[in-house]
Amino acid sequence: MYYDMIMTGFGGQGIQMISQLVAVASIRKGLNITYLPSYGVEKRGGRTNVTVVVSDEDIGSPITNMPCALIAMDRIGLDFYQPVLKSAGVLIYNSNLIPPDAIERNDIDIVKVNCNDEAVAIGNAKLANMVTLGTLIGRIDFLKYEDIENIIEEVIPEHHRKTIPDNLKAVKRGMEISKNN
Amino acid sequence: MSEKKLTKGNIALAEGAIQAGCRFYFGYPITPQNDIPEYLAMNLPKVGGTFVPAESEIASINMVMGASASGVRAMTSSSGPGISLMQEGISYMAGSEIPGVIVNIMRCGPGLGGIDPTQGDYSQAVHGGGHGDYRNIVLAPASVQEMFDLTIKAFELSDKYRNPSMIIADAMIGQFQEACRLEPDHTVEVFEKPWSLTGAQGRSPQILKSLFLGPGEQETHNRDLQKKYREIEEKETIAESFMLDDAEIMVVAFGTPSRISKTAIRYLREDGVKAGLFRPVTLFPFPQSELHDYSDKIKKILVVEMNTGQMLNDVKVSLCKDAEVSFYGRPGGGIPYPNEIAEEILKALKK
Amino acid sequence: MNRVFAYPKSLNRVQTHFCPGCTHGIAHRLVAEALDELNITGNTIGIPGVGCCVFLYKYFPIDVLEAPHGRAPACATGMKRARPEKIIFAYQGDGDMAAIGTSEIIHAANRGENITVFFINNSVYGMTGGQMAPTTLLGQQTTTSPYGRDFKNEGYPIRMAEMLATLEGVAYSARVALHTPKHVNRASRTIKKAFEMQMNDMGFSIVEMLSTCSTNWRVSPTEALDVVENEMIPYFPLGTFKERTGKDFL
Repeated sequence: MYYDMIMTGFGGQGIQMISQLVAVASIRKGLNITYLPSYGVEKRGGRTNVTVVVSDEDIGSPITNMPCALIAMDRIGLDFYQPVLKSAGVLIYNSNLIPPDAIERNDIDIVKVNCNDEAVAIGNAKLANMVTLGTLIGRIDFLKYEDIENIIEEVIPEHHRKTIPDNLKAVKRGMEISKNN
Repeated sequence: MSEKKLTKGNIALAEGAIQAGCRFYFGYPITPQNDIPEYLAMNLPKVGGTFVPAESEIASINMVMGASASGVRAMTSSSGPGISLMQEGISYMAGSEIPGVIVNIMRCGPGLGGIDPTQGDYSQAVHGGGHGDYRNIVLAPASVQEMFDLTIKAFELSDKYRNPSMIIADAMIGQFQEACRLEPDHTVEVFEKPWSLTGAQGRSPQILKSLFLGPGEQETHNRDLQKKYREIEEKETIAESFMLDDAEIMVVAFGTPSRISKTAIRYLREDGVKAGLFRPVTLFPFPQSELHDYSDKIKKILVVEMNTGQMLNDVKVSLCKDAEVSFYGRPGGGIPYPNEIAEEILKALKK
Repeated sequence: MNRVFAYPKSLNRVQTHFCPGCTHGIAHRLVAEALDELNITGNTIGIPGVGCCVFLYKYFPIDVLEAPHGRAPACATGMKRARPEKIIFAYQGDGDMAAIGTSEIIHAANRGENITVFFINNSVYGMTGGQMAPTTLLGQQTTTSPYGRDFKNEGYPIRMAEMLATLEGVAYSARVALHTPKHVNRASRTIKKAFEMQMNDMGFSIVEMLSTCSTNWRVSPTEALDVVENEMIPYFPLGTFKERTGKDFL
């Protein structure tokens, strides 16, 4: 089993949070992971790109130029990584910030998520990332909802623990969207 | 055994230092290694340790020298430009046989360069850096777990041989995260330090120095140092081999390129290409004889580095004479993708 | 019979490498006497810089770490942090402290490192053969200021003791001279005081000593004593520039 993904957007969209949830949940299932965030100067511009690789074997490269999945939370990230997404790979995109005509590939599995609207509907605009995470969980077979539920408490900072039920609600909503998409 | 935790490379290294018994850190900020001083500033005081933000890397290494001379485990960390400033002190430590651990989370150069990963400081670490005929013990981690484990090893070897140990890891290894066991896999070795400076009460005064002016003294001192380096070469090499048993081509790489090469090798194996990897974990001592033995069977060699060929010559002198060596290097700031390395492997095979 | 003077126990009975007429040997003797009087010899570690002071280990029966040029205060910082119960002193010349090592001395002083630093100011680079130092007097001829030091080209002589006294971390800063018995007696008390500052955890202490270098000044030993009195002291006034009386950092 091998699965690599790039998650991209701008700072504050919660990309580090959802990629950490994927990484920690995978570790708890006994899988190997690598988690490579952008750092330093790259971070200063406000961009966040994270590459996560999950495998049941030792992982070699922590970088990829043909990921199995791309989660694009904004247009800049989508434009940058869309060309390298693996054929038949999964593209999950934030359709609140990315117009449909930005999608140029027709050889991939496209999941459109109005994640900002969905988050507001649940009660907090900050849950957009968790809706997106839910759509990803709906598309992969190595992690299930329960795997996220089991580890969410150790990833979310202590002062945000009271938001966990809403976060999980958002993940569930994302999974529904994934199923219907 | 403790549960593995998602851990950043730099943090694993810093925690490894604490668990190795290092209680003194001296350093100056530079990207991409700032997690190390920040973690230690927070956590050393909790274990009775001391963190001093030094005024420069020159001061940092000399503070390490002073602390180590009195027998404690001490360290500093930096990246390219800062490591260049430390070379004077490192040379004095080697000459005075004072241990200490120096960490270089390599950023690309020359000059201020950039903060992207690189292996451009291989020669500086392995073949000198400072003045004089000395060697550092050099360890090259390729995973977050090794950032932890090899830091402990660096302290052990440094004390065992009274020689500076250097850890060189490219920025990728420092910045990425993996699951890591943050507990030593063995009882950390400690060594008696009868040579340390603790005051001459009840014994003869002791001197740690590198100045030898008497007739023949300097040559004798250097011969003794060389004898020590040969002993280190005999006893302390570490290397990893991956899919080499039936390999027709051997990739030689350390750090990040070794990991990316593994992925490339897996690609090629799916197509029936018999490729394998040899990864030096210790860069000094360089695993010459292991490499030589492999080259007895595997005649095609591809050296992959994130520089323009600094380890290449160390590989060449290790191999059997009839080995055919190719090289794929990406200079400072360039990172090869697995498919790029795979192409180079195929090219080298066809040669 | 009551003995009033003897060879210090903390000074090895070896032939000196200092030139005839050099007062550096007196500085060594005074440090040794202070170690004896305070009974700290076996608990003390000396850290010389590079220059005429580099052979410290030949003269003192104490543990010695030889520091790189200018870096003794940084080495002393590391050692004192690791062994706060030990008495650590750095020993530097003008090139070592006032040129290549300014960064290390200023920051060790400013952090209030609880160490003692002895600074030999003889206005030249002694060991390398009499080149111009940051402390070389205006008009003074050296091998690298053959026309005499001119502030337009080489700037002004630097007053370390006064400069360091401005830093909060400094507990004690004083300048003494070694050219007459009266001055030697005063230097003796000052050196002892500096060690006591460290023993009482008061913070950083420095003693600057005006010393002769008749070889590189190209004068006779007795003329050299006059140079200290008539040329050095007017520019480098003697005195205590800072003396902390309580642990004001507590």
